[in-house]
Amino acid sequence: MSEAVDTPRAAVKGASDGKKAERRLAFWLCAPAALVMLAVTGYPIIYSIWLSLQRYDLRFPSQHEFVGLDNYITVLTNSYWWTAFGVTAFITIVSVVIELVLGMALALIMHRTLVARGLIRTVALIPYGIVTVVAAFSWRYAWDANTGYLSQLFDPDGAPLTQRASALTIIIAAEVWKTVPFMALLLMAGLALVPEDLLKAASMDGATAWQRFTKVMLPVMKPAILVALLFRTLDAFRVFDNIFVLTSGAQETGSVSMQTYNNLIKGLNLGIGSTMSVLIFLAVALIAFIFVKVFGAAAPGNSDNGRR
Amino acid sequence: MRFAHRVPGRRGRRLRVALCAALVASPLVAACGSDDGGITVNVYYSIEENFDKVIANCADAAHGRYKVAFTALPRDADDQREQMVRRLAAGDSDMDILGLDVTWVAEFAQAGWIAEWTGQDKADIEQGTLAGPLTTARWQGKLFAAPKNTNVQLLWYRSDVVPTPPKTWSEMLDMAARLKAEHKPATVLMTGAQYEGLVVQFSTLTAGAGGKILSDDGSKAVVDDGAVRALQALRDVATSPAVSPSLSNAKEDNIRQEFEKGNAAFELNWPFVYASMGKSNPELAKVFKWAPYPALDANKTGTSTIGGYDLAVSTYSQHKPEAFEVAKCLRSAENQKYSAINSGVPPTIESVYHDPEMAEPYPMRDAILTELKSAAVRPVTPVYQNVSTLVSAILSPPSGIDPPKTAERLRTELQDALDSKGVLP
Repeated sequence: MSEAVDTPRAAVKGASDGKKAERRLAFWLCAPAALVMLAVTGYPIIYSIWLSLQRYDLRFPSQHEFVGLDNYITVLTNSYWWTAFGVTAFITIVSVVIELVLGMALALIMHRTLVARGLIRTVALIPYGIVTVVAAFSWRYAWDANTGYLSQLFDPDGAPLTQRASALTIIIAAEVWKTVPFMALLLMAGLALVPEDLLKAASMDGATAWQRFTKVMLPVMKPAILVALLFRTLDAFRVFDNIFVLTSGAQETGSVSMQTYNNLIKGLNLGIGSTMSVLIFLAVALIAFIFVKVFGAAAPGNSDNGRR
Repeated sequence: MRFAHRVPGRRGRRLRVALCAALVASPLVAACGSDDGGITVNVYYSIEENFDKVIANCADAAHGRYKVAFTALPRDADDQREQMVRRLAAGDSDMDILGLDVTWVAEFAQAGWIAEWTGQDKADIEQGTLAGPLTTARWQGKLFAAPKNTNVQLLWYRSDVVPTPPKTWSEMLDMAARLKAEHKPATVLMTGAQYEGLVVQFSTLTAGAGGKILSDDGSKAVVDDGAVRALQALRDVATSPAVSPSLSNAKEDNIRQEFEKGNAAFELNWPFVYASMGKSNPELAKVFKWAPYPALDANKTGTSTIGGYDLAVSTYSQHKPEAFEVAKCLRSAENQKYSAINSGVPPTIESVYHDPEMAEPYPMRDAILTELKSAAVRPVTPVYQNVSTLVSAILSPPSGIDPPKTAERLRTELQDALDSKGVLP
């Protein structure tokens, strides 16, 4: 492989028979992997796009027909969809911001720990290791109006999971609790990039701890922070398990994934459900695109800052 | 690969052997076991106390011609439907008898998932079965299921503060307001949370005002004047001084518990509350009385929505004749009586109500029977799930209802759902 990369000109001019055969072999060797990739990712994506262009309700098999973009118009002009979209965006933004702050704090603690470093890192990771549905159930029981210890503590007379604002707060808290360790791990990898002598030099120049954090550490860590934010934003936008267990989307707490599930699995409407899946896919792709653009533009300038 | 050409089917067989070998290691062994020659009729039904006894009765009745296996579906109705729908959509032949909530029959029948009852089987089911429950088992004039048990809501009240029960909705609210002013137990309890229970109340009230939510064939969203009056009634109770503060979160079990605490005067609920009251508050049970459901029109008092379960035979079943036989057995008069007495589920066969053994567990049996004869059926449509989800979302919270406007919204959104154009919240 490396030979072929090193001699592109030879390939263009017309390589020897041996080289040609080698290339063909390389194609054949790659083909199975490429086909599997196409089968497991390409086909479902194309099939769901195809489904999204049809009226296809499993309860009315005889009324199956091609409707073009009608499903997209239906979904995009529907207030339930935009409510769910707003809820999803709200949960995503708020939880990712909180996770970034808490994750950074946790990363600093883990990074600076002198004793029992391994133990502390393991303990901090436990929430991330618990299956989300299991964790969500323990949150649900804790906030149950009759028997939950947290609801007895904070709101003895109310039913927090049945009010929109408090239910959303609990969903966000559960999300944050669950994924702060993941954020902290990614950020800790970024912290390892910050050279110790740079911090010492800054401190010699009279920079306070806060100045060292904002002027030295953050710029150097910027690529790591952006990657962590990208991962978490994409993940948070698809939030499902916590909502499914905690409120099942009642009181307008459902995310776009919840709504897709309701239309696809409960409602058996393959057309509308697939349309929603495709829209979520597009939204996630858009988020990734924006992040990568910002990321690509910021990374070189950032490393210049670091060198200075 | 080359052998496959010479020996047709060999590869398929080998694949099957391999699959079964793989399955031996998993809990799905039963899937391979069906080749042993014996027939097993698989019953999928929700969890009901002592139902295994009924299954055993029917297995005995087969005298070894087939086995009857019971698989319990999840507790939550939505989860039950989801499991069956998902498997039926994939053409799963392992399910023979399906326990369907009365609102699912139209959906399953329209999708072609359940087999029609014909000939002698049909005649056997129609013989002696109450008209209300039988309506829930029909779709487009054909019988698709056998009513197993039924249910109607009654008005439960405290006879120490309410000497004569109210006949109409407004009478009930007036009485409650008066009791409230006199500082007596006054609360009106109703299922008002955003779920099927709220739809049941709306459907009962609409029928009690002579109105309709959907057209009879289930193709048009009507939401007529009667439905608008029902909306007004829901709003009235939600804004009444005597309403429970937790109305918009209350489900069947919440209001049962709340009544048992002793601060309420009225409760609109299924008959299961009676047995529970006897156990948890024997003192209050002495004054715990029942009356027909108060309607909006005085001459329609006792109109209640029908609940309960129907038994259907899957289209994909490999043993249909046996499945019909087992289904008939599971809902036979004798087994219905057993379930009514031991599991508290009201029968669908009229003669069972007149059995002397029913008197003690069902002192309210006459009231149930009367209501069953004039009962309201929830809108019959294949998209009932969507209709119910939308109605409960639009009517929630009941205090926010603005009758003409809400009716207009119901009309538009329900029509979209009926045309499978709408989006579910």
